[in-house]
Amino acid sequence: MANARLSRRDFLKTSGSLVVAFSFGPLLETAGRAAMADGAALKAVSLDQVDSFLSIGVDGTVTCYSGKVDLGTGVRTALTQIVADELTVALDKVRLIEGDTLLTPDQGPTYGSLAIQVGGMQIRQAAATARAALMSEAAKRWQVAPGELTTADGAVRTKSGARRISFGELVGGKEFSLSLDTGAPLLDPAQYRFVGRSISRLDIPGKVSGEFTYMQDFRVPGMLHARVVRPLAIGAQLASVDESSVSGIPGLVKVVRDGNFLAVVARTEWGAIRAAQQLKASWSDWSGLPDESRLWEHVRATRIVKNDITSNVGRTEQALPRAAKRLSATYDFAIHTHGSIGPSCAVAEFRDGKLTSWSASQATHNLRKQLASMLSLPEDQVRAIYVEGAGCYGRNGHEDAAADAALLARAVGQPVRVQWMRADEHGWDPKGPPTLIDLEAGLDTAGRVVAWHSQFYVPAGAAGTVPLVTAQLASLPHETGMSPGNIINDTALPYAFPNVLTVAHRLADTPLRPSWIRTPGRMQNTFANEAFLDELAIAAKTDPFEFRVRYLDDPRGIELLKRLQAFAKWQGRTSSKHSGGDTVTGRGVAYVKYELYRTYVGAVATVEVNRTTGAIRVKHFAVVQDCGQIINPDGVKNQIEGNVLQTVSRTLKEQVTFDRSRVTSVDWASYPILTFPEIPDVDIALIDRPTEKPWGAGEPSAAVVPAAISNAVCDAVGVRLRSVPFLPQKVLAALKSV
Amino acid sequence: MELDVNGQMRTFDAQPEMPLLWVLRDLLRMTGTKFGCGMALCGACTVHVDGQPVRSCITRVSTLAGKKVTTIEAMAEDSIGKRVQAAWLELGVPQCGYCQAGQIMSATSLIRQNPRPQDADIDKAMSGNICRCGTYPRIRAAIKRAADNAGSAG
Repeated sequence: MANARLSRRDFLKTSGSLVVAFSFGPLLETAGRAAMADGAALKAVSLDQVDSFLSIGVDGTVTCYSGKVDLGTGVRTALTQIVADELTVALDKVRLIEGDTLLTPDQGPTYGSLAIQVGGMQIRQAAATARAALMSEAAKRWQVAPGELTTADGAVRTKSGARRISFGELVGGKEFSLSLDTGAPLLDPAQYRFVGRSISRLDIPGKVSGEFTYMQDFRVPGMLHARVVRPLAIGAQLASVDESSVSGIPGLVKVVRDGNFLAVVARTEWGAIRAAQQLKASWSDWSGLPDESRLWEHVRATRIVKNDITSNVGRTEQALPRAAKRLSATYDFAIHTHGSIGPSCAVAEFRDGKLTSWSASQATHNLRKQLASMLSLPEDQVRAIYVEGAGCYGRNGHEDAAADAALLARAVGQPVRVQWMRADEHGWDPKGPPTLIDLEAGLDTAGRVVAWHSQFYVPAGAAGTVPLVTAQLASLPHETGMSPGNIINDTALPYAFPNVLTVAHRLADTPLRPSWIRTPGRMQNTFANEAFLDELAIAAKTDPFEFRVRYLDDPRGIELLKRLQAFAKWQGRTSSKHSGGDTVTGRGVAYVKYELYRTYVGAVATVEVNRTTGAIRVKHFAVVQDCGQIINPDGVKNQIEGNVLQTVSRTLKEQVTFDRSRVTSVDWASYPILTFPEIPDVDIALIDRPTEKPWGAGEPSAAVVPAAISNAVCDAVGVRLRSVPFLPQKVLAALKSV
Repeated sequence: MELDVNGQMRTFDAQPEMPLLWVLRDLLRMTGTKFGCGMALCGACTVHVDGQPVRSCITRVSTLAGKKVTTIEAMAEDSIGKRVQAAWLELGVPQCGYCQAGQIMSATSLIRQNPRPQDADIDKAMSGNICRCGTYPRIRAAIKRAADNAGSAG
């Protein structure tokens, strides 16, 4: 690829002009379905080239190539707004190609609330570079100084308005052949026409009419359907397969066995489902999982491979014993699954030894590496293309389904679609790992925090790539380490206590294959930090808002909390005003400065607790967020609403269950999520800062939800919930213990 | 085998035990109706059979002889369905949108039976349609909007 690219660039150098004729037309028309060209790079994809991100057609249509993808969050619309504004073109002149390893630059996986903050800003800078180049090209043609020119509505014109040339006329169908200029001047935000406005999402009409093609709906000609037959136990060995058990299934094409990987391929989807249900296979026993009823003892006993000291201020170990009052508590947060409504799905096709993979992967560039490694193919023989699927909240089963499809397409010599069943998804997707947290703090006689010490027991590893279960089952090359996400973020505190020691004990193992699920680590860590802080505020007999503000030296954080206090009509704790009765109301606040450097969020939860049943009903959430420049206010609100509801669900209801052999919560009955009768009202206030950089909005507000609920429950009934999920039996047990 | 889908008789070759969902999606290539769980626990596959909401993932095609199947693809021509879809657009309901065909089918059925649904009615009628993205508040608001629009129109 590098060579092909180099030779074209040499040609460009000799051509001596800013742009040269090179049509993207046929490529774009077939971008979604085209097989790879013969190893050639058809366009630039490196992060330092304008052409990697943008092209302009003869009709003035702008195509934006984004390595970041829309996971159902509205990013497609937001990126379109950013491009249209920075290039001064109409919104409907911009189209977006996402997550195609042949066409889009590798901007990193779409995770961590970075699609706009990082991906969008790279694209904005490419557009700014392009705009400056367009003006410079027009200036050269007209023999005027670039300073006399401006752009508007897809054209360069003189400031007097006397001359005008459209972008299409100027560079249509040609390359820019320009390095991305990180110093290219950006438009004054006051000139934005789209950024900052609630532009209707471009994908919604198709999603409402039923016409939108999700990954689960995607087909290619000649495609067969497959189902994977999962081992009865996670580590079981496949002993034997009785193929005669499925011989009567109409349209059955093949039973594929590769090590412990077992699958059926059929002409119809129902044929594949029937075959998978009927296929008789015998598996060895395996019972390598820990006893679920002793999960936290198991986590605590797991070998520590290293200690990450994430903050160390003062001399905590000396200060703690001298405190007038000491508090300590242990918090835990259950194993969670992603719970996308559509199970993972992928299509793969081999042609001339080259693999094309269509999937809803949030990280097609990483997936390409993994598929190439698994199948021992050179990376440039694999093209991974993103097709939007059902909501993706982290590294779920999509990459594994893509690997299943690739292996099966190679085995049968035809394109194969693999659709995971619900039990595959709940049982075999990688999980949000269990998190155990010990906290200790000391107050002086005036109720001031003198020391804080926290210890987090979490798996080793970072974001990276999660091993493909397909490769594990088939004993093909795969990673061996764990990739739970950057889960030590937000272990350190935003508060300026005189002595602070926060340590993450990184564990050698965790019960189920881990990955990241929305707000990984930040949610669990913020739960413990903000709930324990509430314990301290109560011990100090101080209002929780006042208590937080006392230790903040960050004006934006303080402003946010003051706004929240007013927005939520906070009038202090309600606990003192309770009368008798079964159902008691309480309110609680929680705050985060995401990863201690970006998006600020605060929330006040209002809950009702039934003392007799132990049931918690979250009635209301008030949320204030400052994520800097807002691209699409309704889009940000949408994400906050979703975060609150999804995290109320996770906090009140969700935990993966397992026996010694397998996950046992494999459907919506055994892993229930929030339903209509249980939803809270959500009110949101956004602090817009149009002249600041935009920060992430997809995750941060989820971080504050569990602690806000714990704090509200404590306000209501005086007991502290330190174990997610807050199931009724835990509430009743806590009530009995006081 | 023959089936009335959205007012058209469709012919296909299916085993009698095949659930309607895969007849629609795989044989008829009507993919607006989604597969979510295969156990009638999520509502993503909701269609109407003779006007009633049913879960197509557990409805055997052999049980549908002589009945009328209506899917999301026909909602634009349905007097209530089109108002529901319009409300969904006005309020920007979907995030990932995967569950929304089922939500719209259940909501349309609700408004047909109860032109002025209150919160408790919505809770009851919609509790079998789950959404992981957390669009429930907007769905609730859109159902009320659609009901209001239907009322004022007729």
